[in-house]
Amino acid sequence: MSTNDAIARPAIAERPKTLSGRIVKALNKTPIHIALGLVAVIWLAPTIGLLVTSIRPRSDIQATGWWETLSTLRFTTENYLSVINAQGMLQAFVNNVIISIPSTLLPLTFAALAAYAFSWINFPFRDSLFLIVIALMMVPAQVAFIPVLQLFAPFGFTRNFIAIWLAHTAFALPFGIFLLRNFFITLPRDLIEAARIDGASTFGVFRTIVVPLSVPAIAAYGIFQFLWVWNDLLMALVFVQNAANNPLTRQINGLLSQYGTEWHLLAASAFLLMIVPLIVFFSLQRYFVQGLLAGSVK
Amino acid sequence: MTASTGTGTPGLPAVAIGAAPPKAKAPQVEQRNGKVALLFLLPTVFLLTIFLVYPTIYTFLLSFDRGRRGQFTQFVGLDNYVNLFTKDPNFINFSTFPPSGALFNNVLWLVFYTSIVIFLGLVIAVMASRVSYEAILKSIVFLPMAIAATALAVIWAFVYAPDSKTGLLNAILGVGNIGPISWLGDPGFVNASLIAVGIWGSVGFATVILSAAIKSISSEIIEAARVDGANELQIFRRIILPMVSLPISVLAVTLTVNVVKLFDLPYVLTSGGPGTSSRVIAFTMYQESFPGGLFGKGAAVAMVMLLIMTPIMLFNIRRFRSESVT
Repeated sequence: MSTNDAIARPAIAERPKTLSGRIVKALNKTPIHIALGLVAVIWLAPTIGLLVTSIRPRSDIQATGWWETLSTLRFTTENYLSVINAQGMLQAFVNNVIISIPSTLLPLTFAALAAYAFSWINFPFRDSLFLIVIALMMVPAQVAFIPVLQLFAPFGFTRNFIAIWLAHTAFALPFGIFLLRNFFITLPRDLIEAARIDGASTFGVFRTIVVPLSVPAIAAYGIFQFLWVWNDLLMALVFVQNAANNPLTRQINGLLSQYGTEWHLLAASAFLLMIVPLIVFFSLQRYFVQGLLAGSVK
Repeated sequence: MTASTGTGTPGLPAVAIGAAPPKAKAPQVEQRNGKVALLFLLPTVFLLTIFLVYPTIYTFLLSFDRGRRGQFTQFVGLDNYVNLFTKDPNFINFSTFPPSGALFNNVLWLVFYTSIVIFLGLVIAVMASRVSYEAILKSIVFLPMAIAATALAVIWAFVYAPDSKTGLLNAILGVGNIGPISWLGDPGFVNASLIAVGIWGSVGFATVILSAAIKSISSEIIEAARVDGANELQIFRRIILPMVSLPISVLAVTLTVNVVKLFDLPYVLTSGGPGTSSRVIAFTMYQESFPGGLFGKGAAVAMVMLLIMTPIMLFNIRRFRSESVT
């Protein structure tokens, strides 16, 4: 599934040796270049439009489309300042961080522990329990909304961050266990047995052998889970019932239904929401693609 | 799919998209130790019981109840289900042709979103494999996968803006003196417009998966076919297509799961509107339960969702068992 592999290999056809051969070949490919150019434009233009809009003055946005920016060439940071100062987006951004970090680290830890038990400890009903985990992977979160809210109501967990942390953690577990277990069972048995013979405890084997050897899998899963939580709207709608704790997605949605066509505010706040995933995308693209591909079964 | 084997990256096992089998049953030599295992499993068992096992039973029972305030108040038998399927045109309405309602919109998504994503993913993957800027092109198409559906919704709200001065699509149509069209405000257009956003967001995913599958086809086979006089179309139909049929079926399952869980795009872009014309089942579950307060009905919709997921669940379990045995 590695894209790097895909990217590294040369195109299938051989390179023609003569100049005229190359020209003929290039001409043959002209339709492909045109089609792919069109694909690139269709996939880039909407996002670039948003970024350009977010730095245009409000009056320009309402008068002309972003593609006419070249004729006006007026830029401003006003939109960002107003969503940060007046629309509470800075607090929402901080809330995103507060929600996302425990909601990534907790499932990562719990899933790794459980996956280790499912792969390297023998205990009764192990395979039956693992089948239950696989089955739970496909249970839609909607099934849990009403009962969990009932359960949490007396404790007020939805007024603070506890409900959303626990909900994200629990729903991430079945897939995380499935993924990590399938990685852990590929680790060399000799290594683990040798450590046991040397007297390492079960937890010692987990900490000193299994986790260090599984960093790629754990990193990919961690990045996937982090972005999943960062981008989430639905769980926040259900499990965050205190407006001061709203993440960006909910805040933007509120902006959209409240002001409708205040494009300058929407564009700037949508970019605030996108900036972290974009940084992750460009800096950790390899793990990111692997994580997302892996996460697709979720 | 064997795409990830033999790469230099010790990345995730290709279990990933569910295509490649986890090879063997878990190793058997480790200590037999139920008590230690319990310690490792304790947080998981606790959370899965509270958030998945117990709620599934609760919601199942609640779907046969009035469910006022989310509690068991009055047993109503199958009423919630009967009402959903026969008396709620917002959920499913067979009296018109074509049918309408949230459930039917999911069918529209399933048919058009799934097939077009796979088709475009395949076309782009094949074309990109023949040019030198393949990597960057795949990154461009994959980029929307990183972005929150909420942000995709805002991006496309600009594209679909009904004003031909500010809405990109209507500005383009305006050049040919067509429109402006209210893409999200007209019940005749809204579902197609939303599905188009979904497609735009997912094609990169299909492209990357299918591209990896295409790379796994040996170039000798293709060269040999070319030498034997096969044209590009024949190579595509007789060599590439059969080789990617397994990844395509895996993609189809994944995209189907996406469709069942689909919520953010309709919620943010249209709130299920205009009227109720772009609702989908996950939206209905949320809307009827929380703003609506009809918890019995919401529970029934959640059960319908679970029912739709059940064949996929059984498929996963069967695959795991057959792999454990061999």
